[in-house]
Amino acid sequence: MNWDFIAQYLPLYEKAAWLTVRLGIAGILLSILIGLACAVIQYFKVPVLRQLCTAYIELSRNTPLLIQLFFIYYGLPKLGIQTNATACGISGLAFLGGSYMAESFRSGIEAVEQIQSESAYSLGMSRLQVMRYVVLPQAISISVPAFVANIIFLLKETSVFSAISLMDLMFTAKDLIGLYYKTTESLFLLVAFYLLILLPVSVLGSLLERRLRHAGFGA
Amino acid sequence: MAETILSIEHLKKEYDGKPVLDDVSLKVKKGEVIVIVGPSGCGKSTLLRCINALEPIQGGEIRLHGEPIGSSPKQLATLRQKIGMVFQSYELFPHLTVMENIILAPTKVQKRTKADAQTEARTLLSRVGLADRADSYPRQLSGGQKQRIAIVRALCMHPEILLFDEVTAALDPEMVHEVLQVLLDLAEQGRTMLIVTHEMQFARAVADRILFLDDANIVADAAPEVFFDTPVSERAKNFLSTFTFERKNKNSQDAALRV
Ligand SMILES: Nc1ncnc2c1ncn2[C@@H]1O[C@H](COP(=O)(O)OP(=O)(O)O)[C@@H](O)[C@H]1O
Ligand SMILES: [Mg+2]
Repeated sequence: MNWDFIAQYLPLYEKAAWLTVRLGIAGILLSILIGLACAVIQYFKVPVLRQLCTAYIELSRNTPLLIQLFFIYYGLPKLGIQTNATACGISGLAFLGGSYMAESFRSGIEAVEQIQSESAYSLGMSRLQVMRYVVLPQAISISVPAFVANIIFLLKETSVFSAISLMDLMFTAKDLIGLYYKTTESLFLLVAFYLLILLPVSVLGSLLERRLRHAGFGA
Repeated sequence: MAETILSIEHLKKEYDGKPVLDDVSLKVKKGEVIVIVGPSGCGKSTLLRCINALEPIQGGEIRLHGEPIGSSPKQLATLRQKIGMVFQSYELFPHLTVMENIILAPTKVQKRTKADAQTEARTLLSRVGLADRADSYPRQLSGGQKQRIAIVRALCMHPEILLFDEVTAALDPEMVHEVLQVLLDLAEQGRTMLIVTHEMQFARAVADRILFLDDANIVADAAPEVFFDTPVSERAKNFLSTFTFERKNKNSQDAALRV
């Protein structure tokens, strides 16, 4: 292991890591919004929108992120929509993550017993109020474990960003290997930085899960 | 004569084409306490749920103050505020404290101020002996306490009629009394109530009228003394006999021991 090389290229990796984190956070936040919207639409069985959501979820879950990115990156300009790589990366991640988040929220919502909503309706609440004050708060805390797993999955998926020439961690590693043949060092840095990003998420996630388990709703 | 608050006419309710309530009619006057009894599965819960439009009905009409229930979602929400419902399984919202549970609907639905709702909640809580539990979460309370909170939550909406569906059925015996006592107090305040229960002594004490529901319809509608002491229908007699126990040879044994 050539430590001088590692020291020399550390800043480059650091820069790439920030790019991964920034795009990752933006994509994940968007995917949460998309997921929430889809889950609520499906819960209320909103006509038309509901079928669109189902189609979107199937498309998103059953195609690889790489292909989704290519469609956005090369396809949109053909339709006359100008984009840049950053926006493509974020929207690709959101497109993929939205369906995973939707599925976690949906199962969380389904886990809230019907009679909970009924007791809220019997107090005169509207459907939106029941959703907002009674169902969603419970559904979200039920979804936390699935939710954390999705975040980790999506952060890992960012490694395909390099395919649309975003200078993320993967891009940097491939670049350095190509230029200097320092495979071991480059891969070591790559793994180290991914762990640096993902371990805290994972640890925080399990802390959160444990706290919620102790809070234990119901009985 | 007190005015009629709730009137049910020719109500018909089916599940999968099978009638559960068939041509049920009922008038409830202001201040009346009606206890509904009947064998398990005879449609008691269904009747209460129809009144609150938690179940769609297949025929007939339910009116509150002459206004048909469920003509539009907005009107339904308004009417539901006037109908308080308490469930067997309490159904407090587990993610909210006792106080938050109670003031959620008054503040969000009736748009009352938080301070106003909280003041009333505190008064009601102390009336059921739970003034010190305002900041607890439901999971920290016993079943009897949860049920009393659920009653307070319903009361805080100022309902004109209260529906109780077997509210002590899930409770340990020692907690049944504290909840039934609250219901008795409400009856004494002149509240209009429809109570489904299997506690026959309580029914006799609290009711102005007893309804006996069986086979998709109201089979008997009588004052408690009449219903319990001189039941007319054979079915009511059979039903009541399931609440009493007799040991045939007990007296003779007692006699033998005494000698
Ligand atoms: N959601 C439902 N779907 C189908 N059948 C139901 C449903 N709810 C209740 N029933 C049936 O309707 C009948 C009356 O039920 P219910 O009102 O709960 O009885 P009770 O409260 O008197 O014990 C029962 O035979 C029950 O099986
Ligand atoms: Mg029942």
